[in-house]
Amino acid sequence: MRRGIVLAGLALIVMLAWSIPSAAQTEGGADEAPSTVLKGTLRVGFDQFLAGVEINVADQSGTSLGRAVTDSEGQWSVAVPGAGTYRVTLEESTLPEGLGLREGFESTVEAAVDEGASRAVVFAVGEAPKGTPFGERAAQTVFNGLKFGLIIAMSAIGLSLIYGTTGLVNFAHGELVTFGAVIAWYFNSSWGELNLIAAAIVTMIVCGMLGAGLETGLFRPLRRRRLGIFQLVVVTIGLSLLGRQLIQLFFGAEPLPYSDFQVQERWEFGPWAVTPRELVTVAVIIAVLLAVGLMLQWTRFGKATRAVSDNASLAEASGINVNRVVLMVWAIGAALAGLGGVFQGLDTDIDPFLGFQLLLLIFAGVELGGLGTAFGALAGSLIIGMSTEVSTLWISPELKFVVPLAALILVLLIRPQGLFGIKARVG
Amino acid sequence: MDFDIIFGNAARAAFGPEAVILALAAIGLNVHFGFTGLLNFGQVGFLLLGAYGTSVSVATFGWSLWVGVVVGLILSVALAVALGFPTLRLHAVMFAIVTIAAAEIIRILIGSTDAIGLTGGPLSVSFDAGAFYDLNPYPDGPHDRYGVGTFEFTGQQMWVITVGWVLVALVSLVVFLIVRSPWGRVLKSIREDEDAARSLGKNVFSYKMQALIIGGVIGGMGGVIDAIKTSGADPNGFRPQVTFFAYTALLLGGAATYLGPVLGAILFWFLREWIESFLRQLSAEAWLPGAVADFLSGSEGIISVAMVGLTLVLLMLFRPQGITGNRTEMQLDAR
Repeated sequence: MRRGIVLAGLALIVMLAWSIPSAAQTEGGADEAPSTVLKGTLRVGFDQFLAGVEINVADQSGTSLGRAVTDSEGQWSVAVPGAGTYRVTLEESTLPEGLGLREGFESTVEAAVDEGASRAVVFAVGEAPKGTPFGERAAQTVFNGLKFGLIIAMSAIGLSLIYGTTGLVNFAHGELVTFGAVIAWYFNSSWGELNLIAAAIVTMIVCGMLGAGLETGLFRPLRRRRLGIFQLVVVTIGLSLLGRQLIQLFFGAEPLPYSDFQVQERWEFGPWAVTPRELVTVAVIIAVLLAVGLMLQWTRFGKATRAVSDNASLAEASGINVNRVVLMVWAIGAALAGLGGVFQGLDTDIDPFLGFQLLLLIFAGVELGGLGTAFGALAGSLIIGMSTEVSTLWISPELKFVVPLAALILVLLIRPQGLFGIKARVG
Repeated sequence: MDFDIIFGNAARAAFGPEAVILALAAIGLNVHFGFTGLLNFGQVGFLLLGAYGTSVSVATFGWSLWVGVVVGLILSVALAVALGFPTLRLHAVMFAIVTIAAAEIIRILIGSTDAIGLTGGPLSVSFDAGAFYDLNPYPDGPHDRYGVGTFEFTGQQMWVITVGWVLVALVSLVVFLIVRSPWGRVLKSIREDEDAARSLGKNVFSYKMQALIIGGVIGGMGGVIDAIKTSGADPNGFRPQVTFFAYTALLLGGAATYLGPVLGAILFWFLREWIESFLRQLSAEAWLPGAVADFLSGSEGIISVAMVGLTLVLLMLFRPQGITGNRTEMQLDAR
């Protein structure tokens, strides 16, 4: 039922409102009076339109003036006699099962409309407050938070390693995540009908090559030209805009799902009801994080990476091929970001802004932990993921991204170096 | 292909209200980034508060438009103060990210369904800007047009852009005067070497805060013009990329110069609209293969914004000081 962010997320019945100039309206008929209309579109999230929902319109004294049922696009409209304030009621019993008005919103709203105009009426529809006990809901949000935090953490590895080894803050990292999600979608649902698991592997290879290409084709020459940090940041911002627009150009702005693993039975574990898809997400990411941690700690390449992060010139002087280390870091980081995109797309559907939305949370996680600390980035990401999901116990899911960002600002107020960062004197 | 129409569209965008708003946002950023070295990536938050402060005061509370304008500007100051206290001591990159985050927090809160009663939430808010247009000296009949050929405005538009460009000129003059003063030299010294400025006994935090407030209020003025121009405000108009557009304008014209941000804003809109109009005309051409035309039509806006991204990259690679800038002043190393 609960498909991560989208369903639980912006649950609005949005009514697009604009006054239609009477001239445009009368064009067809001869002297038809412009009709005065109340209307709206009922939907949950971006793409789930609600059909067959009854709307009643009455005047101030409660006399019924008309009723409408939403069509397959969730649209309804009721013509009213003229200017005035009307009472519009949504019949809650006709909403699909599991949906209801969000807490704090009434099923009857008053709407004023001008003569000859059309007026939009909004209802906030979302998941109905369930009868599940608080403890169970809390357990579920904690699991969702763990999953989301892990996705952030995996996407953050590349960002934090690239920052560590080259000092580059990559604002285009979110677009690497989106690119991963979108490429996997093409392999899975458009070109190849490839199984999503195979598609994810191909995606990692493509993203890794893209990362290596960016390093050799763009960032290495730029480092050689000694571009300042600010200029490099602006380059990545430009790439981010360019990448997002190109993805939108080819993929479109509408959110789309993968064709695999969409409908799954939930497995019950005590208070948790988890789909196999979510379990695999969590297990794979934990395995990947472990592998990266072990690699950094024990392998030759890992030691070289840490040496370059610590002091690139010294590492170079000790015979480490810095450029090769940075190239590997780019390839691995981009591949993991792409995989993070696949998991995030599996969770919420794919759209061109998926990565950019995640980017702020990735930054928040990395900063919360302390810039340039590997363990801190993981802990920070988990805190960010947790606080995002757990906050929905108390506040509207629409606002859940506010919580981690606000938490970030608060933490930096007390500990400017982040939770695990080493204190350096700045400012 | 009618190049007259393309040029007319581009010129109208270059001198229209959108360019005024972008110029004000970029002048504000210039105070933050160009002169003080503050990497403010949340400039759009100041525009948002300017626009919503004006709109909500009039639409929700029924105050006069002029009170609304003042409220909008006061909110911009409040944001600068609230933002500055926790963040001005941060590492430059952290400051950048926290400012984006703050602007996003405000946008999400204002655009949420819970805020419908106050700000209109996702539906946006609209109000009657009649008090502003009552002062319009340009005759505004249905056939009154001002300009040459395809480059023309209506009386109402003329009034908005007259006020807007006068405001831009005044603000630029004020920035010129204060940056040339001893106060401005302290700002530049902070940009060049914060520790050196501190060791000379300057209160760096206080100077940075003053710069943040001044640049923020100038951004807020852009928001006010935006609200008056559209008679309202919409949360979707204040996404983080607005800040990046302002950076593009600033870097295009030349950061740390006095006319750079204005020139950059004009150029930004001229080029963006030129590309978009050109593509629109192109996609209607008969000789174009059908597949290409289908691909182009409806995507003109997306492609023109992609070009903004490309411009940023190329600008940093080949001319980081912009058109009018001084290369040595742009050797900023964010610390």
